[in-house]
Amino acid sequence: MGLGVYLNVAVAGLLTGLVYGLMALGLSVIFGVVRVVNFAHGEMMSIAMYIAVVLFSSFHLDPLVMLVPIAAVMFVFGYTLQAGLINPFITRPEHSQFLLVVALAIIIVNALLIIFGPDARTVQTSYAYDSFELGAVIVDASKAYAAAAAIVVTTALFAFFRFTLIGKAIRACADNYTGALVVGLNVNHLYALTFALGAACVGAAGTMMTLITDVTPALGPGYTLLAFVIVITGGLGSMPGALIGGVLIGLTEALAGLLFTPSAKSMFAFGILVLVLLFRPQGILGRRLV
Amino acid sequence: MDAMIARLTDGLSRRAFVLLAGLLAVLLAAPWIANDYLLTVLIVILYLAYTGQAWNIMMGFAGQLSLGHAIYAGLGAYIPAVLFTRLGIGPWVGLLAAVPVAAACGAIIGFLAFRFGVAGVYFAILTIAFAEFARIGFDHLTFVNASAGLFLPVAQLAHNDLWRLRGSPTMFYYVILAATVFALILSRLLLRSRVGYFWLAIREDEQAARAAGIDTFRYKMYAVMISAAVTSFAGVFYAFFYNNLFPEQVFNISRSIEMILGPIIGGIGTLFGPILGAFVLTGLAESVTSAMAAFGLDLPGAKQIFYGVCLLLVVVALPEGIWPSLARRLGIGERER
Repeated sequence: MGLGVYLNVAVAGLLTGLVYGLMALGLSVIFGVVRVVNFAHGEMMSIAMYIAVVLFSSFHLDPLVMLVPIAAVMFVFGYTLQAGLINPFITRPEHSQFLLVVALAIIIVNALLIIFGPDARTVQTSYAYDSFELGAVIVDASKAYAAAAAIVVTTALFAFFRFTLIGKAIRACADNYTGALVVGLNVNHLYALTFALGAACVGAAGTMMTLITDVTPALGPGYTLLAFVIVITGGLGSMPGALIGGVLIGLTEALAGLLFTPSAKSMFAFGILVLVLLFRPQGILGRRLV
Repeated sequence: MDAMIARLTDGLSRRAFVLLAGLLAVLLAAPWIANDYLLTVLIVILYLAYTGQAWNIMMGFAGQLSLGHAIYAGLGAYIPAVLFTRLGIGPWVGLLAAVPVAAACGAIIGFLAFRFGVAGVYFAILTIAFAEFARIGFDHLTFVNASAGLFLPVAQLAHNDLWRLRGSPTMFYYVILAATVFALILSRLLLRSRVGYFWLAIREDEQAARAAGIDTFRYKMYAVMISAAVTSFAGVFYAFFYNNLFPEQVFNISRSIEMILGPIIGGIGTLFGPILGAFVLTGLAESVTSAMAAFGLDLPGAKQIFYGVCLLLVVVALPEGIWPSLARRLGIGERER
């Protein structure tokens, strides 16, 4: 195998990693502000993936076009979930919150199983087999579009938190819960909004993911774990950290798949998680800021 | 020995004692009353009651949330199964090998986590990571037949061989019943010991426990190792009862989740909660399954959705679990809570 093969695989891993990063970003935003570990994150992504697959197979709507609508649907889903179910749990012990979300995750996975069955579904776009050649590197068109969309969404989210008043208010909630209450912020609404934004992120990531891989209900827990691995690697609560973690894990998985066997690739992601937890528990860019 | 029995019965009200004895009598008589189906359900219930109690030692007593207990049951299943199929070594000798390995595995995870200050949710995710690591690792380990699965020679039912754990469901039923009783006694002894009180102190407020001079690292290590060692026997039982092992199933995260549902629904940190939880959960799930079968429905995920809804309802409505309020109503509240 020449260097070119490694380069190709690395680029593919990097592009997938950007989509992973967007998925993990949603988790990171939710944890950074609401302080609830969303253990149903991968399952929420499965929901978005199935919406994208159904829209494509029934109405031939391209996932790239449906990115915003699906993210909007997940936004509403996230808002309702936080406002209706999770909010009363904010003051409960950690394990209690955790179990609530685990229960949700179990319900989502199996509801998807009952509705769609265990078989893999996929989106066959017209550009599924297109590619760009950049010198020695051949870039898969679907992956490139997915990664580009992930970058756009991420940038929009960064801008939102940086420049808008609501973004600032959410950051204030994250920095100081009591302080936010004192200055009269509607914390419950802002929390729900944050959860909704996190859900929208994972919705967008899920929609893009359908361009890269197929979907089965059983994938949900795997994606949840992957999102956690990425976020902990990058630093829980750090937005750039989530992206860097995503790229790192994407690269690791791709290269491990090439050097060893693809089925063992997530072992390497877990290996990285263990190393990070042990030697830099706060993550690569971990700080307590959004 | 007398001191031990005194510690076991001390503070146990007469009413609680009578109720426990009554339950035990019913369970002992069950194989004569129950048909094959019911007996199998009872075996599953007691299996979950046993693993729930083992998990409860770590989470309920010492407050360390493990979501990767499948790794200890998995090791407990694979080690004796390999010894049995390759070398013809019986399960009880295999258990002697499995217990130290599981405890060592718990010690490694505990050491890495507690030394480096990995706590709470991070700790839970670390435990999942290790279990997943084991799942994928065993899936590629040709020595244990990898993903093709390890099969134990199926028993001839002519006579029960307790020493080699080959025999009828009735024999397995009594084995797991004995194990459940053992775990209950062990839990109570632990909870009433010095270690138990230290665990409760750590669970309630680790900082304060450390300030009071408790070596929290050491006692958290004890909790993980004991819990892992106790769990490993469940693996031995699993291997010899089901006779087939697949890494994808044995180490799956849903095995870990199943183990913790009983204690959560019954009541985390209580002695009887894990047992009650296993009865309630499995009992209800089996009723749902048979009800659906009666209506001719076959939905593969329905049982899990039911589990999820149960968990959701209990977490929302009864954060302490069923047992504490039931025990109060029966007038046999557990005082150690």
